Amino acid sequence: MTHHAPPPPATGCRETPVLKQRGQHEVFCGLTGIIWLHRKMQDAFFLVVGSRTCAHLLQSAAGVMIFAEPRFGTAILEETDLAGLADAQAELEREVDRLLARRTDIRQLFLVGSCPSEVIKLDLSRAAEKLTARHAPKVRVLNYSGSGIETTFTEGEDACLASMVPALPETDKRQLLLVGALPDVVEDQALDLLGKMGIDDISVLPARHADSGLAVGPNTVFALTQPFLGGTLAALERRGARHLPAPFPFGEEGTTAWLQAVAREFGVDEARFDAVTGAPRARARKAVAKAATTLSGKSVFFFPDSQLEIPLARFLTRECGMEAVEVGAPYIHKSVVGPDLDLLSQGPTIAEGQDVELQLDRCRTARPDLTVCGLGLANPLEAEGLATKWAIELVFTPVHFYEQAGDLAALFSRPLHRRNALKLEAA
Amino acid sequence: MKLSVWTYEGPPHVGALRVATAMKGLHYVLHAPQGDTYADLLFTMIERRNHRPPVTYTTFQARDLGSDTANLFKTACQNAYERFQPQAMIVGASCTAELIQDDPGGMAETMGLPIPVIPLDLPSYQRKENFGADETFFQITRALARPMDKTPQITCNLIGPTALGFRHRDDITEITALLSDLGISVNVCAPYGATPQDLTRLGAAHFNVLMYPETGEAACRWMERELNLPFTKTVPIGVGATHDFVKEVATLTGVEPTLDTARLRLPWYSASVDSTYLTGKRVFLFGDGTHVATAARIARDEMGFEVAGLGCYNREMARPIRALAREYGVEALITDDYLDVEQRIETLAPELILGTQMERHIGKRLGIPCAVISAPVHVQDFPARYSPQMGIEGANVIFDTWVHPLVMGLEEHLLHMFREDFEFHDDAGASHHGHKAKPRPDPEARQPVTADEHPGTVVWLDDAERELKKVPFFVRGKARRNTESFAAEKGLSQIGIDTLYEAKAHYAR
Repeated sequence: MTHHAPPPPATGCRETPVLKQRGQHEVFCGLTGIIWLHRKMQDAFFLVVGSRTCAHLLQSAAGVMIFAEPRFGTAILEETDLAGLADAQAELEREVDRLLARRTDIRQLFLVGSCPSEVIKLDLSRAAEKLTARHAPKVRVLNYSGSGIETTFTEGEDACLASMVPALPETDKRQLLLVGALPDVVEDQALDLLGKMGIDDISVLPARHADSGLAVGPNTVFALTQPFLGGTLAALERRGARHLPAPFPFGEEGTTAWLQAVAREFGVDEARFDAVTGAPRARARKAVAKAATTLSGKSVFFFPDSQLEIPLARFLTRECGMEAVEVGAPYIHKSVVGPDLDLLSQGPTIAEGQDVELQLDRCRTARPDLTVCGLGLANPLEAEGLATKWAIELVFTPVHFYEQAGDLAALFSRPLHRRNALKLEAA
Repeated sequence: MKLSVWTYEGPPHVGALRVATAMKGLHYVLHAPQGDTYADLLFTMIERRNHRPPVTYTTFQARDLGSDTANLFKTACQNAYERFQPQAMIVGASCTAELIQDDPGGMAETMGLPIPVIPLDLPSYQRKENFGADETFFQITRALARPMDKTPQITCNLIGPTALGFRHRDDITEITALLSDLGISVNVCAPYGATPQDLTRLGAAHFNVLMYPETGEAACRWMERELNLPFTKTVPIGVGATHDFVKEVATLTGVEPTLDTARLRLPWYSASVDSTYLTGKRVFLFGDGTHVATAARIARDEMGFEVAGLGCYNREMARPIRALAREYGVEALITDDYLDVEQRIETLAPELILGTQMERHIGKRLGIPCAVISAPVHVQDFPARYSPQMGIEGANVIFDTWVHPLVMGLEEHLLHMFREDFEFHDDAGASHHGHKAKPRPDPEARQPVTADEHPGTVVWLDDAERELKKVPFFVRGKARRNTESFAAEKGLSQIGIDTLYEAKAHYAR
């Protein structure tokens, strides 16, 4: 096998001191996870118990999708619900009964906690138990919290998946579990590659349907496809499953390293591994190389958003030749992103959490060539003359594994292309 | 508890944000959990503002709840004051902070900041966005405006335009010009573009123009009482309403009622024979009370439509809208549940819907043409071009906007009539404005060609064909073309999955 990626740095960023600041966080809460999770789990409904703010957030984040008969909604708390708690349980049961009567295709119902429901200590787990008993066996009711006081953006998916783990059936089967919601096309590619290596017993969490036969046990090994799944990792380990640490499958290098970790576990020999990955690796390198001509030598600054920042910084610095100035993440689980930190050369500030004003000051001082940030900051920074790439797109767009590596690089090179293409000075 | 998918209005603190963002030199400290900053992107994305809204969120987390949230609030206040040096601050709580009862107003008061700090009390579990805007602007006005000598010339204030307001930007321009023709200049326009210092000068005007009752009425009533400023009751949207508005201003001030109608085209366009087919078209109106009321008059008296039904989502306007409906002989629909609206539209089966972003989608689903007349709106209704609703140019804009989907309707009718023509077919795409959109003819559905029949063409293998279908439909055609030309270039006769991705990599940029 020929190595095209630069050799790993002598010392990575795993031991780099992390800059921790607190103050205003310019991030989404975990409720936003619903927007992509409900597309993946085709017979699930997500019922947020919250305020008008929660409904408004989902509507703003879901954009036009809200009219395609979405499988999510908000039970908006009213004055009377706040007055007496016993009443709130009855109200919730009534709303759920009405919902399930109207939507008979629903097999899993998630009661999703929000800041208001957490603060008034509405017991959603009891509600879920009672409702499960009432609607069994057709519908299973689970609960998790997507509140802003507890979860940031993609952590909503983590909380959701972690809530499913204890309820999974037990199995002794030797199997591989892929954990993380991926776009269908990406998931299929991953399964295909692993299948060609001779790894056949593969399940995916979350499954596309409730009756997929997903089970977990002491002979299960699992690989994360997303870096924000620390809680799910812990829940799976409690069920006896074993985690395969690996860099995340972004870019050619990341995908290969990720596949290698799995292949090693299942005793796939090197010849077979090379035979399966050779062609797609070459394709990925070729596709990335085109975007890299724009990106090479440019500096990048990450505001915290999704926890994808560290693996993406690794991809951009090692495969596209960029230089990272600051890599901010809402949370850093070293047990999860450690392998990526090892590959990230020392240099950038690694920041966890946020005081947005101070971070903006640092960004303005550094004047990076590209800033990865949320939509609340993107246009204001563009107006200040900084090129930005809005981060949310990285969660919705297929970006993992070989065939998407070129697309992933292009997401970052496009804003720079556009800046060069526009001649607005005269306007 | 009430199950909701879509809300016409956000929570009241979003209304307060609309006021703060509209103004300059004002800062809002909002006691709120992590995540409530989502509201920023309404302003930076939908309205495309080039700066962050002037808001500091305290961002409390679960671990702060027992002890620390009050200190957090004070620190945020102090930091915001030092960093932004505003002329005044407003402080308040979002829905979650309302539950933990920290009293932002009281805390801010004890800090002794050298600027006015105005506490807001916005009941999140009873009221909504428009109330939040109206109440916030009222509280700021009450705190800052004082009686003072009137300006020597006749001047007025423009009251009510905010950030995220439907066409507020251009309405201000249009009304300022219209008043200038009457010899009246604008003293202060608020909250849009005003500073707290400007608000201290509100009392120098001779009267107020209440542009949008939803967001300015409370302040206007207070100024009428305390500053002796009468305010206009007519909202100048439509030709008739604009004439009435000019007369009302003339009566209030004693100036000559003059209105330059040289550029007014709606009356002639509406009278021209081309518009005859508009007569008696049944139209359903829904939105905020002000825009619905003005649109009803235009629809009936200036376009010759028949108003088949009307309603509004903001409870604050329920009474006038009910009265209006009686006048038009229809039943008013006062609801904030879009499923009720959908049901009413289905029952009435109008030929045109004038509504909000939601009605646009309902119209799409039911195959009924629709034009947008009111917030909530999406990014396309914050256009780059000049497009007011008020005054002379507003009437022109409204004529075009409303007729456009109907003209498209006529086009589609013709298309349907000539569907056997070679240029047309049953699956021809519908226009973007009304009538049920049919899927574009699927390129996959065409007959498979074999290499024998057409030498030199390439054949798609089944698995590649299936893989191609996973590509989003709007780029699938391009993917197919690229792959085929790539295969042709390479002299391949068959396309497999690998070829598909080879081509993808080849064309990647």
